[in-house]
Amino acid sequence: MPGIYIHVPFCASKCPYCDFYSVADRGRIDNYISAVIDELATLRRVGPLAGDLKHRAIATVYFGGGTPSFVGAENLSRLLLAVKDNFNVPSGAEITAECNPSSSLAPGFFETLAAAGFNRVSLGMQSAVDAERKKLGRKATAVDVETAVKACQSAGITDISLDIMLGVPEQTERSLLSSQDFALSLGVTHLSAYMLSIEEGTFFDKKRDALNLPEEDAVCDMYLSLCEYLKNNGFRHYEISNFCLPGHEARHNTAYWRDEEYLGIGPAAHSYLNGRRFYFPRDLDAFISGMPPVDDGPGGGPEEAVMLALRLDTGISLQEIKEKFAVAPSPGLPAILQKYQSAGLLTFDGDRIALTEKGFLVSNALIGDVISAMDGNR
Amino acid sequence: MRQKKEHIRNFSIIAHIDHGKSTLADRLLELTDSVAKRDMQQQLLDNMELEKERGITIKARAVTLDYKAHDGNTYELNLIDTPGHVDFNYEVSRSLAACDGAILIVDATQGVEAQTLANTYLALEHDLELVPVINKIDLPAADPDRVCADVEEIIGLDCEDAPRISAKTGQNVEAVLEKIVRDIPCPEGDDDAPFKALVFDSVYDNYKGVIVYVRVMDGTLRSGDTMKMMATGATFTVVEVGHMRAMSLENTGVLKAGEVGYITASIKSVSEARVGDTVTKVGNEAAEPLPGYKKVNPMVFCGLYPADGADYEALKEALEKLQLNDAALSFEPETSGALGFGFRCGFLGLLHLEIIQERLEREYDLDLVSTVPSVVYKIHLSDGRVVEIDNPTNYPDPAIIDYVEEPMADAHIYSPPEYIGVIMALCQDRRGTLKDQQYISSDRVDIHYKLPLNEIIYDFFDALKSRTRGYASFDYELCGYERSNLVKLDVLLNGDLIDALSYIIHSEKAYPRARKIAEKLKDNIPRQMFEIPVQIAIGGKVIARETIKAMRKDVLAKCYGGDITRKKKLLEKQKEGKKRMRQFGTVEVPQEAFMAILKLDDQT
Repeated sequence: MPGIYIHVPFCASKCPYCDFYSVADRGRIDNYISAVIDELATLRRVGPLAGDLKHRAIATVYFGGGTPSFVGAENLSRLLLAVKDNFNVPSGAEITAECNPSSSLAPGFFETLAAAGFNRVSLGMQSAVDAERKKLGRKATAVDVETAVKACQSAGITDISLDIMLGVPEQTERSLLSSQDFALSLGVTHLSAYMLSIEEGTFFDKKRDALNLPEEDAVCDMYLSLCEYLKNNGFRHYEISNFCLPGHEARHNTAYWRDEEYLGIGPAAHSYLNGRRFYFPRDLDAFISGMPPVDDGPGGGPEEAVMLALRLDTGISLQEIKEKFAVAPSPGLPAILQKYQSAGLLTFDGDRIALTEKGFLVSNALIGDVISAMDGNR
Repeated sequence: MRQKKEHIRNFSIIAHIDHGKSTLADRLLELTDSVAKRDMQQQLLDNMELEKERGITIKARAVTLDYKAHDGNTYELNLIDTPGHVDFNYEVSRSLAACDGAILIVDATQGVEAQTLANTYLALEHDLELVPVINKIDLPAADPDRVCADVEEIIGLDCEDAPRISAKTGQNVEAVLEKIVRDIPCPEGDDDAPFKALVFDSVYDNYKGVIVYVRVMDGTLRSGDTMKMMATGATFTVVEVGHMRAMSLENTGVLKAGEVGYITASIKSVSEARVGDTVTKVGNEAAEPLPGYKKVNPMVFCGLYPADGADYEALKEALEKLQLNDAALSFEPETSGALGFGFRCGFLGLLHLEIIQERLEREYDLDLVSTVPSVVYKIHLSDGRVVEIDNPTNYPDPAIIDYVEEPMADAHIYSPPEYIGVIMALCQDRRGTLKDQQYISSDRVDIHYKLPLNEIIYDFFDALKSRTRGYASFDYELCGYERSNLVKLDVLLNGDLIDALSYIIHSEKAYPRARKIAEKLKDNIPRQMFEIPVQIAIGGKVIARETIKAMRKDVLAKCYGGDITRKKKLLEKQKEGKKRMRQFGTVEVPQEAFMAILKLDDQT
């Protein structure tokens, strides 16, 4: 079952580390909402690429950004209504909105979302230490985060995810610990913990040398101690950067890692449907004026499947890959895997390969090696 | 009868780097209408891409210009360009031998510089008439009066009527042409004497075969004649003779004494018409060749291997093609335990090696791995046999070696006297023996050293330049073999011997060198999934070690719907990067690591 992603490209201001597409212009919100609703009704721009999507059940709907909460609960509800009007969204579907604590403090915000059918909220906390949050350009305080979580829970949306960032300026293991404690004390069911990566063109990229970032080794230690801490508190580490209480995985995101299909609408939103990948350009005006998406080549294939699935704690089964894609891993692969296993980077039972936490930290290299070993025998 | 060839001038242009040699050459071409303005690419004479980038001339070129002078006569001006690096010193000397004079360009903002002097001495050695020209007078910082005084004082050339020009704007360039006509002596020769021409360059052309560039000393050669190369004795039927024009060859059917021109004769490889050889004519043969011929032999050897084994045939074909045009390049197949199938290649020096390697990579799109360069050692075994090795891998077990000899170079370093100290320190460090020291003038000293060749092939020239701020020049030739106390250093990565990195070195230097190699490898081999011990050993004894720590972090923290294509591209890039690595047992070594350990004396 495919998922639907709606990119809401508005933010109150640009965070210095972020390279997602967003604008700070309230004036264009109405036109944007109409354009999305129009697209959902007609699939005019996505056109034949969408295939028989209208008849398939939609497993998940995800509003990401930008800052979806910035456009207000009513607008988000209108968009979700349009999704439901035009697609087959069964009652058990996961429906998520990313929210910023400061733009979701309006009275009744979460009640409106809940009434429209939203059942999951992802809140951008980043850190519970206000000094760190400030460096990250986050306006809300830890108290605001707490208020938002409580409001969300009392509105009946209890599947809540918080974001934590690792390796941010001034961070220490001790300050990270206080962020972890704070998050767990709020009773959330899901955590995403991202190691900061400095993206080209961002403010952090330009100021890199002045940032006082923790050393790479320190960041790795933070990551491992966070994994340990969350495990001890009953969380499952199900993807490189994602943790949840049992049964509370982000189903929408998990579908990406299982290489399943999705339709993305909005500027800078990517889609993968009927074997093709395509995306809308990073340009709000072009989106509003009806510019069609750009082709991004074929999706699928063994490389993609391996690259994505190895991000998950469930890993990949060589047998499944073999059956699904008719590729045989090179005879040398088991020896390589056993070497990595003895170095504690992965587990390999003869069929299933899954990376360990130490392995997640060097996953680019490990994934590259596994894929090269598949390549050998195509 | 010996005649003056009143209407011919043969000359070259010499200058310090960036003083405007190529720009002036371009301007001369324009002024003599040799090139239509629209065909004028900047710096027409340096026509290899690599030359443009490095700003040096690798191969000599020549061109004939017709100039109608103020005296009403039309002159045939032959401009012969010269390569600019010590590796190609021999080719420079042959180009200068083809000339009767030279234009010496001096930058009006900088004055006399190191190469100005070095090239001046070289030109004077060939008895060339020097015509000073002051360039770049259009620049605000130009001080032609001071620079003229400089030239008069340091070089001893009268600059009173030296043309002051701007090659860039074209200002007063005509005066240079007039100077050439007036001051450079015309050649002399006898059209009826036995034919004698000096080969100063030869290039391979797909259609015509080798084009031989010559300066005719005596005699006359026509299409259809039978020519003979005096060094090899090979004979060919002349197809074309004529002049080199800027854009094409002009087949005139005849070349006479004093002229500079080209010959084609269906010659298949430049090794059959080597630079420095003498061309004569069967039927009117010269008794003696022109003096100065040397067969240039490769002195530095290294293994070149395709990064991808499947490219072996492509590499072979590329080397064959380059060799058609480069008589000094040699190669033969070899195999390495670490690198697979490749070629042992011979070069004039390290720059020559780098140029060939870059041309293979760029022009033939090959990814290469090269081994540590080596000279040829003579190993005397205990059983009386003598083996010559140019590949450290073949170094015999020390137990059966009686003694080893290494090639020596007789080197002259020319420098202002204030650098004598640093030069001597450098030469001492390179195991040199001072032979002699002579003042050529009050500010030029010739320091004569005997140096082991293996101490100068890697980076001696660079070290010399940096220590003397570019003021010293350097020239060497081989002077036989000497007994020496040498050892072989082996490199082990993760316990595996990497034969391609073995290194022969004087025993006294083994320890510091081993430590440096270990450090360089540590710095240049990227962190991998496991800790990798780096060990340097003599025989079985480890004398230096380092550890490359295991990689800790290489992860994409976020990978959602919009990141998948980007991440796939990253993986592709990663794969491309791996292509530039060689797998040694469990260790991946990038090409850069091989080159880095060659340049150990970088001022780090």
